[in-house]
Amino acid sequence: MDLFLQQIVSGFATGGIYACMALSVVMIYQAIHHLNFAQGEMATFSTFIAWQLLAWGLPYFAVIPLAIGLSFIGGFVVERVVFKPIENAPVLSHIVIFIALFAIFNSAMGFIWDFSIKPVPSAFGEGPLYEGSLLSKHQTGMIAVTMLVLVLLWAFFRFTRVGLAMRAAAANPQSARLVGIRVSFMTALGWGMASAIGAVAGILIAPVVFLEPNMMLSILLYGFAGAVLGGLTSPLGAVIGGFIVGIVENLAGTYIPVVGGELKLPIALFLIVVVLVVKPEGLLGRRVVQRV
Amino acid sequence: MATSETYAAGAAAAPKPFITAERVVYLLLFVGLVALPFFSKGFFVFQVTKLLIYAIAILGLNLLTGINGQFSLGHGAFYAVGAYTTAIMVEMMGVNYMLTLPVAGLICFVFGFLFGLPALRLDGIYLALATFALAIAMPQLLKLSPIEHLTGGVQGVIVFSETFDPDVPFGLPFDPGTWTYLFTLFVGVFLFWLARNIVASRTGRAMMAIRDNPIAARSMGVNVALYKTLAFGLSALFTGIAGALSAIAVKFVAPDSFTFALSIVLLVGLVVGGVGWLPGALIGATFIVFVPNFAEEISKGLSGAFFGFFLILVIYLAPQGAGGLLRAGVGRVKRLLASR
Repeated sequence: MDLFLQQIVSGFATGGIYACMALSVVMIYQAIHHLNFAQGEMATFSTFIAWQLLAWGLPYFAVIPLAIGLSFIGGFVVERVVFKPIENAPVLSHIVIFIALFAIFNSAMGFIWDFSIKPVPSAFGEGPLYEGSLLSKHQTGMIAVTMLVLVLLWAFFRFTRVGLAMRAAAANPQSARLVGIRVSFMTALGWGMASAIGAVAGILIAPVVFLEPNMMLSILLYGFAGAVLGGLTSPLGAVIGGFIVGIVENLAGTYIPVVGGELKLPIALFLIVVVLVVKPEGLLGRRVVQRV
Repeated sequence: MATSETYAAGAAAAPKPFITAERVVYLLLFVGLVALPFFSKGFFVFQVTKLLIYAIAILGLNLLTGINGQFSLGHGAFYAVGAYTTAIMVEMMGVNYMLTLPVAGLICFVFGFLFGLPALRLDGIYLALATFALAIAMPQLLKLSPIEHLTGGVQGVIVFSETFDPDVPFGLPFDPGTWTYLFTLFVGVFLFWLARNIVASRTGRAMMAIRDNPIAARSMGVNVALYKTLAFGLSALFTGIAGALSAIAVKFVAPDSFTFALSIVLLVGLVVGGVGWLPGALIGATFIVFVPNFAEEISKGLSGAFFGFFLILVIYLAPQGAGGLLRAGVGRVKRLLASR
């Protein structure tokens, strides 16, 4: 029973990372109705920036806003430079561009920071939260930050003019343009925010898995699984989905002997396929009806 | 997709002269490829063998994406299944390597068909996601413990262990490398011929109709579900045979040879060669085999970035790949000649 509880709790903690990743996936999906396959590499890149700043001796409280801000600008610029020119191209072109970005970021990271793994200290300190606690300080921090990001996002979309404009631009680009919203600017803003959230996820997970250029590949897959499970149109769903994926992954790793500790990726594949087949709109998503 | 005119001309079935420019080009290319190992060194022959294998895999991907309009970021997985089938059959069951090709193709067909069933309900981006997941999970699937006695787990399977080369049949006077090359070439030519005929057939027209307008295709009586899964299966079959050939040529399979990078490489080849233009597979394969060497020379470690930049350039400047450029060039020359 103790083991079971322990696994659920630590699944919940890793779930926080997947939830962050899923959130950034959903952000992009909301903005352009695409899944950004380079999201993980972009997040890893942000994490490397944070690591570099730390290595230069900046304190954590300065590094985090700086890394997140730079990531925001980076995402914004990538959209403006790479994606804007082919906005209206067929889906295949978009997917190819994502794959191209993936290759560029991955290779650039290997080039700049090489492929050796790097330990990253936790921003929340080491050790358990209190004596005998199931959660470590870092795990508690991860969950808290995920929740904070979700609340901030919700507030942003609910209470700010820009948030409203972004929702409008995503829901109905033509009408939004007619009421004076700069739709393509909103798309770029969505990219920036997604990449900032990705940076948060990267910085949170780096102390757990060690930093290297391929760090995020599997995490992105879990993020996708979480986003699909929760519904690609719903940020709250993405967070719930992320937590569920984390818990399922941990329990399966512990209790299904075939899976074992290391081979958990097929679970994400399985989850994605099952959800897409059985309930493509996810737990909380809206069903997208296409008019013909 | 804008590639619809590529094969539309073939469908009109006008009587053509026996000798066309296209056939002459194919014939010259074929003669050149057959003659190649007799004029070049062993390593180059091996590289061209790899090129042909990639071309077959890209051909398979092209059937799916170019002809049927479905996406796959996970064709590396089918390639892996084909490679493992051959490796296991040759190493553990002692089957002649030539006989493993149809089996590998068949297994991949079934695998692709089954994966295509859920894919039926997934459009565009979702299908890309599902196949992305497949590609990333594949190395771990191959390491799973219940099949470890077959796949050799992390170590993989060494085919034709060291002393043993694929034997040259009928006592032909070739060294093993040359024979592997020629064998690959003949399989490739056969598969290319097969793919062309599939595309020109009723089945191919149905697949293209689904690509161009699924709703219209359905109302014309095309069984959309059947042809979409069929396209997936066929595509997996081609790619699987390519994987099987790679097991014969490289003589080694291991989970980490079939990572997501392989699927990326196949996609790059498809886009560079031209989506929807079958001979483009050869151009795409040439690109993915030789350009990384070239890129490594320019800057070590940045070949991935080079690949990426080139992909973006292709999408911006020549969205139909080499095939599109070639067609545009030929069209311009024809117009020039006609205006005289």
